[in-house]
Amino acid sequence: MLLIECPWCGLRDQTEFHCHGEAHITRPLDPDSLSDEEWGSYVFFRNNPKGLHYERWEHSHGCRRWFNAARDTVTDHVYATYKPGVAKPEIES
Amino acid sequence: MNRYSIFSLLRNSVNYHQDWQRAWRSPDPKREYDVVIVGGGGHGLATAYYLAKECGISNVAVIEKGWIGGGNTGRNTTIVRSNYLYDESAGIYEHALKLWENLSQDLNYNVMFSPRGLLHLAHNVHDMQEIGRRGNAIRLNGIDSQFLTPAQVKEMVPFINLECRYPVMGALLQPRGGTARHDAVAWGYARAADAMGVDIIQNCEVQGFKIENNTVTGVETSRGSISAKKVGCVVAGHCSVLADMAGFRLPIESVPLQALVSEPIKPILDCVVMSGSVHAYISQSDKGELVIGAGSDLYNSYSQRGSFDVIEATVGPVVELYPIFSRMKMLRQWGGIVDVTVDRSPILTKTPVNNMFFNCGWGTGGFKATPGSGNVFAHSIARGDMHPIAEPFSMYRFISGALIDEGAAAAVAH
Ligand SMILES: Cc1cc2nc3c(=O)[nH]c(=O)nc-3n(C[C@H](O)[C@H](O)[C@H](O)COP(=O)(O)OP(=O)(O)OC[C@H]3O[C@@H](n4cnc5c(N)ncnc54)[C@H](O)[C@@H]3O)c2cc1C
Ligand SMILES: [Zn+2]
Repeated sequence: MLLIECPWCGLRDQTEFHCHGEAHITRPLDPDSLSDEEWGSYVFFRNNPKGLHYERWEHSHGCRRWFNAARDTVTDHVYATYKPGVAKPEIES
Repeated sequence: MNRYSIFSLLRNSVNYHQDWQRAWRSPDPKREYDVVIVGGGGHGLATAYYLAKECGISNVAVIEKGWIGGGNTGRNTTIVRSNYLYDESAGIYEHALKLWENLSQDLNYNVMFSPRGLLHLAHNVHDMQEIGRRGNAIRLNGIDSQFLTPAQVKEMVPFINLECRYPVMGALLQPRGGTARHDAVAWGYARAADAMGVDIIQNCEVQGFKIENNTVTGVETSRGSISAKKVGCVVAGHCSVLADMAGFRLPIESVPLQALVSEPIKPILDCVVMSGSVHAYISQSDKGELVIGAGSDLYNSYSQRGSFDVIEATVGPVVELYPIFSRMKMLRQWGGIVDVTVDRSPILTKTPVNNMFFNCGWGTGGFKATPGSGNVFAHSIARGDMHPIAEPFSMYRFISGALIDEGAAAAVAH
């Protein structure tokens, strides 16, 4: 995985980016009503799949904007990168 | 099992070493076991050994998808120490260190445990405060720990460059820390467990679990279905994959961690030197190679190889601290997939599935804990309830909030 396509800047070297873990985790809408179990699961528990992973990246040494990526965690192949707020693309892996 | 001794060595040398017994059998899986351990790394094999030796349960299989010790056990930089900050960590890592001290005798197998002393360097005021706090906490737990001045560091490592880009301001020394031979740990536990009746089944992948009424009753493997009264999963980087098969999630992310070794040279470094701030840690193996630990990649991966820039970020500080090594050639470089928790402490736990136990989350630093982890995990499986030393490391601490934050003691320095 040497090149990653920032949705704003185009193809850049991986060293310009930082990964921020699993994407599409919805922030609780009503935090006060959450049980300890729900909080624990929101904050700490992750999918960590072997294969297709949807994750957040930041172009930290570039435009500094965040985006999402669909990547294979075995081959490190990046299937797609897309802007935040966009629904996750269906990937045939 | 034929015991190894000076006499067996002499006897076999007469026959040109043709008649040594195989160190362990290679049995076909039975249909049923009292306990199935998934994962033939050091922790899994140690668990099987202590189940047979201390818990009277020898109808046990260790099921390994590749060859034993081929995971992180055979890929780590072999650093052993017990100088962590919190009482819970002192409990488990010191339990392990005490077992290390007699392990070769206990297993009748030379694991080459070498308590050669281990230094943590401090390069800035914050580091000094961290080693000050941790060093005192360690001493309060009755574990050896000493503060060194830069001059004392220089005495131990005469060729170190104290006045480097981030000058060495002091160090924390654990005299009883050191290294051990990683492969020998897997092989020694395997041989001793096998001798007590444990079946070690290699090239057999667990592909699913048999679960009835929320209770595990066995495993589905690439060599057929095997029943088990209890199952212990000890698969390091693959723990989330197994948890997924069992229908729950873990607070873990899997990332690659790399290491490299140099060409062998004459003895020059007789202790382990670690530096968290500049990320350089180094020791010299008995073969003479410098063993250098690199950093982890900061994204999830099961690729078993890390990024190239991580190597550069590792050898840079090594050369800055030890200019004498600047022209050494590196012979090999590799990666292992480590299972990282946010509080950098392991998970030894019961799970949402009855009779299924997990031992994972050792991340970048579990080799040192191998004997202690296997020991308390075996007792936990045997009793069906976690051993007091293992109890605080439950996966449910991520729900209760009782984290054991060893970030400073463990995150970079293994
Ligand atoms: C580069 C590197 C350097 C390190 N340095 C140090 C150090 O200096 N000091 C230290 O204390 N720790 C260190 N560590 C961490 C240490 O190596 C690990 O924490 C420890 O070895 C984990 O042991 P284990 O037995 O739990 O896992 P492993 O040895 O990884 O064993 C797990 C086994 O499970 C098997 N498995 C996985 N899935 C399945 C399946 N479905 N079915 C059957 N079997 C399966 C795997 O093949 C593997 O053999 C380092 C790690 C790395 C990668
Ligand atoms: Zn950008």
